[in-house]
Amino acid sequence: MHEIIAKARLSPNVTRIEARAPRIAEIRQPGQFVIVHRAEEAERIPLTIADGDPARGTISLVIQAVGKSTRELVALEPGQFIQSIAGPLGRPTDLISSGKALCVGGGVGTAVIHPIAQGLRRAGASVVSIIGGRAREWVIFEEELRRLGEVIVCTDDGSYGRKGFVTDAARDCLAVGGIDVVYAVGPVPMMRAVAALTRPLKVRTIVSLNPVMVDGTGMCGGCRVGVGEEVKFACVDGPEFDGHAVDFELLMDRLSTYRAQEQEANTCSESGCRIGLG
Amino acid sequence: MISTKERLQIARQAMPEQSASLRQLNFNEVNLGLTEKLALLEAQRCLDCKDPKCMAGCPVLVDIPRFILKLAEGDVAGAARSMLSDNALPAITGRVCPQETQCEIVCVRAKKGDPVAIGYLERFVADWARGQSGLGLGDRAPASGRKVAVIGSGPAGLTAAGELVKFGHEVTVYEALHKPGGVLVYGIPEFRLPKKIVVEEVERLRQAGVKIECNVVIGRAYTLPELRARFDAVFIANGAGLPVFMNVPGENLKGVYSANEYLTRVNLMAAYRFPRSDTPVLSGKRVAVVGGGNVAMDAVRTARRLGAERAVIVYRRGKAELPARAEEIHHAENEGIEFEFLVAPIEVLGDEKKWVRGLRCQRMQLGEPDASGRRRPVPVPGSEFVVDCNTVIVAIGARANPLLTATCPELKLNKWGNIEVDPNGMTNLPGVFAGGDIVRGAATVILAMGDGKTAARAIDRYLKQS
Repeated sequence: MHEIIAKARLSPNVTRIEARAPRIAEIRQPGQFVIVHRAEEAERIPLTIADGDPARGTISLVIQAVGKSTRELVALEPGQFIQSIAGPLGRPTDLISSGKALCVGGGVGTAVIHPIAQGLRRAGASVVSIIGGRAREWVIFEEELRRLGEVIVCTDDGSYGRKGFVTDAARDCLAVGGIDVVYAVGPVPMMRAVAALTRPLKVRTIVSLNPVMVDGTGMCGGCRVGVGEEVKFACVDGPEFDGHAVDFELLMDRLSTYRAQEQEANTCSESGCRIGLG
Repeated sequence: MISTKERLQIARQAMPEQSASLRQLNFNEVNLGLTEKLALLEAQRCLDCKDPKCMAGCPVLVDIPRFILKLAEGDVAGAARSMLSDNALPAITGRVCPQETQCEIVCVRAKKGDPVAIGYLERFVADWARGQSGLGLGDRAPASGRKVAVIGSGPAGLTAAGELVKFGHEVTVYEALHKPGGVLVYGIPEFRLPKKIVVEEVERLRQAGVKIECNVVIGRAYTLPELRARFDAVFIANGAGLPVFMNVPGENLKGVYSANEYLTRVNLMAAYRFPRSDTPVLSGKRVAVVGGGNVAMDAVRTARRLGAERAVIVYRRGKAELPARAEEIHHAENEGIEFEFLVAPIEVLGDEKKWVRGLRCQRMQLGEPDASGRRRPVPVPGSEFVVDCNTVIVAIGARANPLLTATCPELKLNKWGNIEVDPNGMTNLPGVFAGGDIVRGAATVILAMGDGKTAARAIDRYLKQS
């Protein structure tokens, strides 16, 4: 059982929860994730560890409430418990220890960029972050990332920072040059667009993938992704891969597998229906 | 006392079961268990041979004649005590063991007719014992003060844990998933092994002092060297948790599952109750399952229960070569499962939206025997055809999951990534033992349990020497 210690709303649909998980807080590394199983009948949800505090014995998870499972998770209040958190899972980020990294975060992906930027600074690299959201209230982790280096904020509507997509800002940064590696985490189209920008420039680009997952230990193969000619399991071989080799079309297609069921679960939980209760 | 002649005249009792038409619509257990009357009658069929062969056929060496004799005398409690002192998980093995290739095949009565239904009797005695509170694991040695870590709470890990606490050692079992039981909870379906039984067996171990920590992935949360530093011995029993895919085009289409994923969704995550439970599963109307083992049978019969109008096994060899338990094949046939024998998939076909729409296959014929001694299937030219389906489940085996072994490069593995052990189950690292599927590759529950028992004894000896 993992107690929720604190909870904060970061944007209209993104919530940060701090939960007790001492061992994970102690050993987690940038890029790693946990599998959260809220309660008996709940789904197992993979979530990247956004931050950790070994002294307090807590980890921070940043959750975008998009479906029934994530809405129920963010509905938990401090003092309540998550039944189980398994981790840290996945391979840690491949960090550079000198030179300059460009960290591009879109939406809730910015929360995944944060520990990567932390790790880069600790390792000795300098960091420029480009983060974005639809409008000002959707921008998250700006303050935390400012502590680690320059931050360029983009909003689709121009209500804050630069108007436009993070990819526009990334294009400009890359044009200036001096970027040794790009870390991009966000919606699949965003990661695909960043990888498309850097491919002709031959700038190494690492993306973090979020396919459908069940156990998180390589047992089920549900999270298989195409990387170059190979099929990889994101849970054990990733979740971060070479953005120039990832088959983003396949990822997007497989992410749509349960769309009908997700809608059914949403409709049911909203209307309190009793399908299957016999 | 009845005479041998009278014993010989008793016919083997049939297992009462849910009717095929009814059970296709539910996940309740298919076999209902013998009644006490039937069990006593069946027990009387045992001839109590001077030189019983059945015991040698059992991987955990259950003293079969002893418990059957007690049962035949009407002493069910005595039979249960006898059973439990040999086998910590009899309600499980009584349900999932391939008795027909182990104890029953060597039963003297099989020479002229049907063997004693040892599996049915084991199950009867075990189920009787489930209702009794006083029956624990038997005698316990005084506390040794030594600590043993067991990695994995499947059949090998649970068996080893039970033996090790009996030897007086302090045992901590680490389980990666959120429930203990390993393949017994994520793999074997409710209709074959009700989860309640696994819960009870695990509870019995907990009562005996075994500590079980779920959600701890060894290899990530702790490495093997870290465990070695904290414990006096380690038993690795993390299973063969790496699904094998067919490596044919179209395998990443929506609607293609590994059997591990399909069964985990349905069993561990209770997807059959979606949307009451939150985890969904695609319940195709036409399902093809590739493979011929127990896992394939479990998957195809699960698909049937989830509403598949057509559920078909696609197997590259013939019926005689099916590795599944005879009873599972028989039950599957009764439930209307179709079989495509001597057929191998060559491509999963998808529609324009990348959903599965069929499985392109070719017919095979049996050629010369291969390394396993079984005749190798070879393709029949020009025999391609399409199995019409919208879900494909791949159940062609599992390999060693490298998650743990990768954290300890000095641990000796074979070329398939399985851990190498000596006859006592010890690896090349002193104090580190291994057993079950991580050593054998995908095998059976009872062989894993046998490994757990062997390793526990060897660990006990090791701890006494060190």
